[in-house]
Amino acid sequence: MTLAVSRREFIKASAAVGGGLALEFSLAGNALAHAAGAAASPEVTHWIVIHPDNHVLIRIARSEMGQGSLTGLAQLVAEELDCDWKMVSTEFASPNEHIRRKRIWGSMSTGGSAGVRTSQDYLRKSGAQARAMLVAAAAAEWKVPPAECSAANGYVSHGPSKRKVSYGKVAQAASKLEVPKDVKLRDPKDWKVAGKSLARLDTPDKVLGKPVFGVDVQLPGMMHASIVQCPVFLGKVKSLDDSAARGMRGVKGVVRDDNFVAVVADNWWRANVAAKKLVIEWDNGANGNVSSDSITAMFREGLGATGLPSARKTGDTPAALASAAKVVEAEYGSPYLSHATMEPMTATAWFKADGTLEVWTSTQNGEASIAAASEASGLALEKCEVHKAMLGGGFGRRGAPQDYVTQAVKIAKQFPGKPVKLMWSREEDMQHGFYRPASLVKMKAGLDAQGKVTAMHTVIACPSILALLRPEGIKDGIDFTAVRTFADATYEIPNQLVEYAMRNPHVPVGFWRAPGLQNSFYRECFIDEVAHAAGKDPLALRLAMMKPDDKNRRVLEAAAKMAGYNQPLPAGVFRGIAQSDGFGSYTAMVAEVSVRDGAIKVHRVVFAIDSGYVVNPQACRAQAEGNVIYCLGQLYEAHTIKDGRVVESNFHDFPLPRMPEMPRVETYFVPTGGFWGGHGEPGALNVMPAVLNAVFAATGKRVRSLPLKDGELKA
Amino acid sequence: MKLDVNGKVHNVDVEPEMPLLWALRDELNLAGTKYGCGVAQCGACTVHVNGDPVRSCVTPVGSMAGKKIVTIEGLGAGKGLHRVQKAWVEHGVPQCGYCQTGMIMAASALLAKKAKPTDDDIEAAMTNLCRCGTYARVRRAIHSLAGNKVEADPAPAAAPNGQTI
Repeated sequence: MTLAVSRREFIKASAAVGGGLALEFSLAGNALAHAAGAAASPEVTHWIVIHPDNHVLIRIARSEMGQGSLTGLAQLVAEELDCDWKMVSTEFASPNEHIRRKRIWGSMSTGGSAGVRTSQDYLRKSGAQARAMLVAAAAAEWKVPPAECSAANGYVSHGPSKRKVSYGKVAQAASKLEVPKDVKLRDPKDWKVAGKSLARLDTPDKVLGKPVFGVDVQLPGMMHASIVQCPVFLGKVKSLDDSAARGMRGVKGVVRDDNFVAVVADNWWRANVAAKKLVIEWDNGANGNVSSDSITAMFREGLGATGLPSARKTGDTPAALASAAKVVEAEYGSPYLSHATMEPMTATAWFKADGTLEVWTSTQNGEASIAAASEASGLALEKCEVHKAMLGGGFGRRGAPQDYVTQAVKIAKQFPGKPVKLMWSREEDMQHGFYRPASLVKMKAGLDAQGKVTAMHTVIACPSILALLRPEGIKDGIDFTAVRTFADATYEIPNQLVEYAMRNPHVPVGFWRAPGLQNSFYRECFIDEVAHAAGKDPLALRLAMMKPDDKNRRVLEAAAKMAGYNQPLPAGVFRGIAQSDGFGSYTAMVAEVSVRDGAIKVHRVVFAIDSGYVVNPQACRAQAEGNVIYCLGQLYEAHTIKDGRVVESNFHDFPLPRMPEMPRVETYFVPTGGFWGGHGEPGALNVMPAVLNAVFAATGKRVRSLPLKDGELKA
Repeated sequence: MKLDVNGKVHNVDVEPEMPLLWALRDELNLAGTKYGCGVAQCGACTVHVNGDPVRSCVTPVGSMAGKKIVTIEGLGAGKGLHRVQKAWVEHGVPQCGYCQTGMIMAASALLAKKAKPTDDDIEAAMTNLCRCGTYARVRRAIHSLAGNKVEADPAPAAAPNGQTI
C-alpha cells in the first residue's frame, strides 16, 4: 500500500527535490512500483486494475486505521476474482475521482464496523464480474464458448484444447466488454481466500516504519504548522500579540482565524515552541463557567423532566412498576472520554499554481475530507484532491468531524504555492476532541413474586452526537446512538419504557469506538443487580428473558461454555458476564477478575461473537483484543470540565492502559451465516459490564459511576 | 552540529535544545520515528542511542555529540529485516502501526541486553503505549524470540454455516 500520489505529482515532486526524498515516501508499497505501466494497465471493473504481468491492484474505498480493512476488503474481491493472492496489491480510491465518477466506489465512510458488512455485496460482485469478463475475453480470443473455460489463480484455461492465458494478457480486451449484470457469488463454505487468516498486506511495511501516516507527509518546500485553539469550546480569538513568535528562528508566519491561531515554521518543533510565545486573549463566550458539576446537574434535571420523548414503549410500565412485588432502582454515570489516537490530528494542504488544492490527511472518510477542503477553500469539489494517508488510529475521531482539514486549508491558503503540514500537539489533541458523551442514566426494574422481570423503566440523560454532527439523523427527538442497547434490548420484558433527555452542554461529542457503549455498561450491570435482587444466577436470568431462537442466546451460551461458567475459579478470582448486540453482530463476554488492595486485575476475557461470517479470523481476533484493552481504560480515564474547558492534557493525567493490564483474550467465533456483522466495535460493548460484574462478585461493591474513585474498592 | 544516525554522519543546523525527534523527522526526513506525546509518556519516539532505548522527544540534539543513533530505518543495518521485525510479521503484531516502530526499537534494545526476558522484564522494558491493543502480540513476539513458551490462540472452530474458521 502506498500513499496515493498521482503519477504526475510524483514525477513533479521527484524532479523538484532531485528524487531522493519524494521517492522515499512514494515507493512505500508495491502499488506504485507498477505505476510506470499504469497507462497500459486496464481497469477491468472500477475496483480492479490488472497489470500485464498479472499483478492485480484492488481499490479500497474505506480507510485503514488498523482494523485491517485493506486486507479484508481485498480478500472479498480476490475470492470471486480467482486471482493469485500473492500478486495482489491495494490502493485507496481517489476521493476526487470518486466525485468525478459520480461516487462510483460507494461509501468512503469508515466507521460503525461497517467496512465489510456494507460493501461485501458489491465487492464480491465486482470480483465475480471481472472474472466473467476475463473468461469471456479469453474465450473470444480462442474462439471457443466461455462455458468451456475455467478460471483459477490468475489464469483462464480452456480444458479441451489445454490452452491457458494469464489475466494480465486478456485484461485489456476484458476491460472493453460489457459488465455482466447477473453473476453468481460463491457459497461461503467454498471460500478459499475470504474466511482465511491471511497475513495482513500492510504488516511488512509497518514493521519497517515505511507507511506514510498523515503526520509523515513530506513535500518539496513544505512548512510545518502548530495550532492553538480557544481552550473554551466555541470561544473566539479576541486579540493577538504575535510579535515574540514572529521573531523566532524558522518562523514563516502566523495565521489568525476566528477560533485558532497557528504558527508556521520550517520545522514542527520550532512552530510549536513559537506557538507557546503567542499572547492571545480569548472571548470565551457564554461557556466560561461550565464545569463537570454543572453538566451533571444538567443531566440530573433531565432525569427528572416530564414529557420526554420515548425511544421504546411497550405495555404499561408505570402501572407494572406500581404493582411489582419488588422494585430495583439505580443511577449510573460516565464521563467524557478522548479517542486519544496515537497519531494526533493532522492534515497537509497545498494550493497549487494551477488553481487546484491538494490535501493529504489521516481520515476515516475521504469524501468528508474533500467536502471540508472544498468548503474551507471556496474551490469546487472537482478542484480539490484528498490523498488518504494511513491513520495512526481513528476510533471515530477522524470521520464526521474534519476540523483539522478545515484548519490546514485555511492556514495553507495564506501561503499559496507552498505545502503546509498542520499537526496538533498532544495537548491540543486531548483538549479539542469530539468526546465520547458523558451521561447519566436512571433504571428501575419491577419483579413479580417469582423473581421474573415484569417491567423496566430507563431514563437516559445524554448529549446527542447526531445533533452536533448529523442533525438529520434525529427522529422524533431521539438520537439512536444515545438510547441504543435500551431501545433495542433483546430481553423479553412485557413492560418497557425508555425515555431520552437530550441535554447538550457545549462540549463537542462524537463517535467514540462503539458509540453508545456506555449503555451496555449501564444495562448489563443493572441486569446483574436485578439478578442478585431476584436471587437468580445472572446468566440464567438473562437466558430466561430470551427467545429460543435469539442469536444473543447462542453467543451467551458459547461464552459461558468456553469460560467454564459453572467451573470453580482459582482462589481470589471472580467471574462476570455480559451480553449485547450491536454493529450487526451478537456478542457475549465473560471476564475473570481479582481485586487486591482495591486494584482490579483482569486475568482472562472470553468473547463469543456471531457476525454471520468471518472474513479474516486473525484480524477479527486482533479487533477483539483491541476492544478489550481500549475499553479497560474506562476504569480510570475521564475528562474533567472546568471553566468551560477540558482539564486533562496528556497521557500523564489521561492515562491509557499499558501492557501489564492486557488480559488473555480468547475469541470464539460462532457465525450462523445469512447476515453480515461487524468486528471493529462489537467487542467493546461488554468489557465494562463483564469486568464490573466480576468486581461485584469479588468485592460486593457495585461500581455505578466511572471512573473509579480513589480507594473505592478498598476493603 | 553532527549527528551519527544509522551509521552515517549528518550535518544538521539546529538549536542544541531541539529534541532529537524533530531533527530526525523534519531535518533528516526519517519519518519512521513518531511523535505521540512530547513528554516521554508514550514511547512512539523510541530510538537507540549507543544501544540504549531513548525517548527522542525529550532528548536534546545537543547531548548527542559522539553518540551512535539508530532509528527504525537503520535497525536492519541494510541486511533486510531485523529479527524483531521478522517476529512482528510472524505474529501479526501491528494494527494501525503508528506506535510499532517505537515498540520494535524498545524490544530490540531489551533483547540485545537480555536474551531470555521474563514477563516482568518485558513489562518493565515495554512501557510504550498502543491504542489499538497489540500488547498481547508484542509480548508473544518477544517470548518467541527468547525461545520461551508461546501461548496459542484458541483452537479454530467449524462454523455452523459451513465456513471453516
